Amino acid sequence: MNDFLTNPDQSRTIKIDMMARVEGEGALHITVQDGQVRDVELRIFEPPRFFEAFLQGRHVTEVPDIVARICGICPVAYQMSAVHAMEQIFAVEMPQSLRDLRRLLYCGEWIESHVLHIYMLQGPDFLGFDSGLEMARSHPDLVKRGLRMKKAGNDLLTLLGGRSVHPVSVKIGGFSQVPARNALHGLRDEFLWARDAAAETLRWVSGFEFQDPEQAYTFLALRGPSEYPMNEGDVVTNRGHRIAASEFEHHFHEEQVPYSNALHCTLNGQSYLTGPLARLALNHDQLSLLAKEVLQSTGLVFPFNRASMGIVARSVEVLYAFDEALRLIDQYERPPAPDVPVTLRAGTGMAATEAPRGLLYHRYEVKADGTIRLAKIVPPTSQNQRRMEDDLRNLLPGILHLTDQETAMKCEALIRSYDPCISCATHFLTLTKENLPPAMS
Amino acid sequence: MNETTAATQHPPARPRPRVAVVKFASCDGCQLSILNMEDDLLALGEALDIAYFPEASSNMQPGPYDITFVEGSITCPEDLSRVLDLRQQTTTLITIGACATSGGIQALRNWGDVEAFKRTVYPSHEYIHSLSTSTPISEHVKVDYELWGCPIDKSQLLRVLTDLLRGITPSIPAHSVCLDCKRQGHVCVLVAKGLSCLGPVTRTGCGAICPAMGRECYGCFGPAEQDSVIPGVPPNTGSLAKQFHEHLQLIPLEMVRRFRGINGSVQPFRRESDAWDPR
Ligand code: SF4
Ligand code: SF4
Repeated sequence: MNDFLTNPDQSRTIKIDMMARVEGEGALHITVQDGQVRDVELRIFEPPRFFEAFLQGRHVTEVPDIVARICGICPVAYQMSAVHAMEQIFAVEMPQSLRDLRRLLYCGEWIESHVLHIYMLQGPDFLGFDSGLEMARSHPDLVKRGLRMKKAGNDLLTLLGGRSVHPVSVKIGGFSQVPARNALHGLRDEFLWARDAAAETLRWVSGFEFQDPEQAYTFLALRGPSEYPMNEGDVVTNRGHRIAASEFEHHFHEEQVPYSNALHCTLNGQSYLTGPLARLALNHDQLSLLAKEVLQSTGLVFPFNRASMGIVARSVEVLYAFDEALRLIDQYERPPAPDVPVTLRAGTGMAATEAPRGLLYHRYEVKADGTIRLAKIVPPTSQNQRRMEDDLRNLLPGILHLTDQETAMKCEALIRSYDPCISCATHFLTLTKENLPPAMS
Repeated sequence: MNETTAATQHPPARPRPRVAVVKFASCDGCQLSILNMEDDLLALGEALDIAYFPEASSNMQPGPYDITFVEGSITCPEDLSRVLDLRQQTTTLITIGACATSGGIQALRNWGDVEAFKRTVYPSHEYIHSLSTSTPISEHVKVDYELWGCPIDKSQLLRVLTDLLRGITPSIPAHSVCLDCKRQGHVCVLVAKGLSCLGPVTRTGCGAICPAMGRECYGCFGPAEQDSVIPGVPPNTGSLAKQFHEHLQLIPLEMVRRFRGINGSVQPFRRESDAWDPR
């Protein structure tokens, strides 16, 4: 229930005071003057939570439990970027078996987060519904398929981490406990079903109409030597950048804008795109054979230069994640120990991993006693924020003939296709909210 | 969900209660726990009229509501007035999660200097409206039921909801995590491994997942009550802290950090951490 305000002349303000089906709270204000788009402001009014500030003085061992709370949708991403940065400081050599288990955990998070977005958040836009629950009334089997796939992802998270939201087993040096082979193999049958369902999902979404204009994206993602990126790799772009994670802050700058609680991150002053579309554009050669085949069978051709095609990229990644999880489950032998010993020392560590919605960078400065001197976290949504505004600027001229309400809906759908995680973006400020939605006002 | 009419009376005459899910400062994890009830979600969508749940639906209907689930804590001036208004709109208000029930992890700011925090994070901190505290919903308005946990446990939520739908007054167990460990036969990580486990003073609800995963409890379900029969008796945090100090050799600073965590600003965890704080 948004509030729209139209001026009789060619000037108008289009407002969405509370975006729906995004994680966290944000608003969108667009002003058009004399038929020209003037301001496009993605206003993130989610209040800041100051994680970076109160991590100072905590002990490194507490960090995985604390940073998980930045985001309930992608806690594993926060835990992974954090433990990798710490392990760099303490020069921990992680055995391959534990690395693989972390990758498996990350597969669970991609599945849970992506499937939620495909079936409950973005998918309903293409079929003209307000929600997944409403969509379930006319498409019960479709939504049930999505929920069952999501549950498979959650079951994997629960097995490895104790629960799916804020798993408890991740620690510096490995895990507090690793599963028995039988327990992990117990997931196999359901994952085999889910992998087929993921292929169906990809075929389903590839039939959608993608109408937003093509964009000249600078795609940015991690790239590793052999695997589709999750936990490791250099930061690369389609413009030829290759940057070690430790060099990230030399190239990227966070700026504050007066209307948003999230900082804008830019690459040498320019906007860029991170997330599934970027990962797929830069790493599709590293997909599994099956994911490649099913993607090819859809007839879609690269590059995917539209934000709305995020749902395709997400579906490819869900299929890949099930396939990869099955590979990791099949080769699993319980590691001799759940973790390796860690010796604390002073230092600075930087790491980036691929959260479901994009690159997540952490840097920590640690004192010799293991307390944190400084923490810096750059979440994906603050990186994509400028890009979302750029996309809207390109979208708007083509849709200004529509009513305010229709224009607003198209803008909101475009933002939603980014799967923005606004809670993540503001571990950080607050704005006056104009025209709160009815429940609040 | 669409056919609800504005004429719905308050309290409801119809069996399908109007439900709202509202968020303040939080990580969205508790709302996600609702969406993670995969097996029951569609049935819930039938049993309830989900009138306001922006995380899940673009169809946002105005109040009043019969049941409102509140996630998140109060951290900015705007939210202070929002929560008062929300209370007036709802018959039954249920907080979900540590943020809404105790102030959550963001209540760690309550011991810090928020102006300094703003300077740490934002170049132009004057744009930022933020209170110096993060407070639970119950500090501002009457709360009918509180579901602890970071995140909440979905089966606990489902039980409360079914009780309410049947007209039964929900009772939320408050005994300690220890009892769950004993029931499930987990080896005590405090005794056997010497880990500083908060299980003895932490409220049940999670199913003792940390000890089951071979680690110590860090108190994400908040303080237990000593006696489920006579509610409200706080757990003996002093005795546990003494144990940590004398037998596990935790220094006072470690004790402070132990109790000043996800639910750090709620009594008696707050009292215990302050007692060991040298400042
Ligand atoms: S209680 Fe925990 S899981 Fe729930 S919203 Fe707060 S931080 Fe997230
Ligand atoms: S054992 Fe403690 S910290 Fe772990 S989930 Fe349960 S209440 Fe939370």
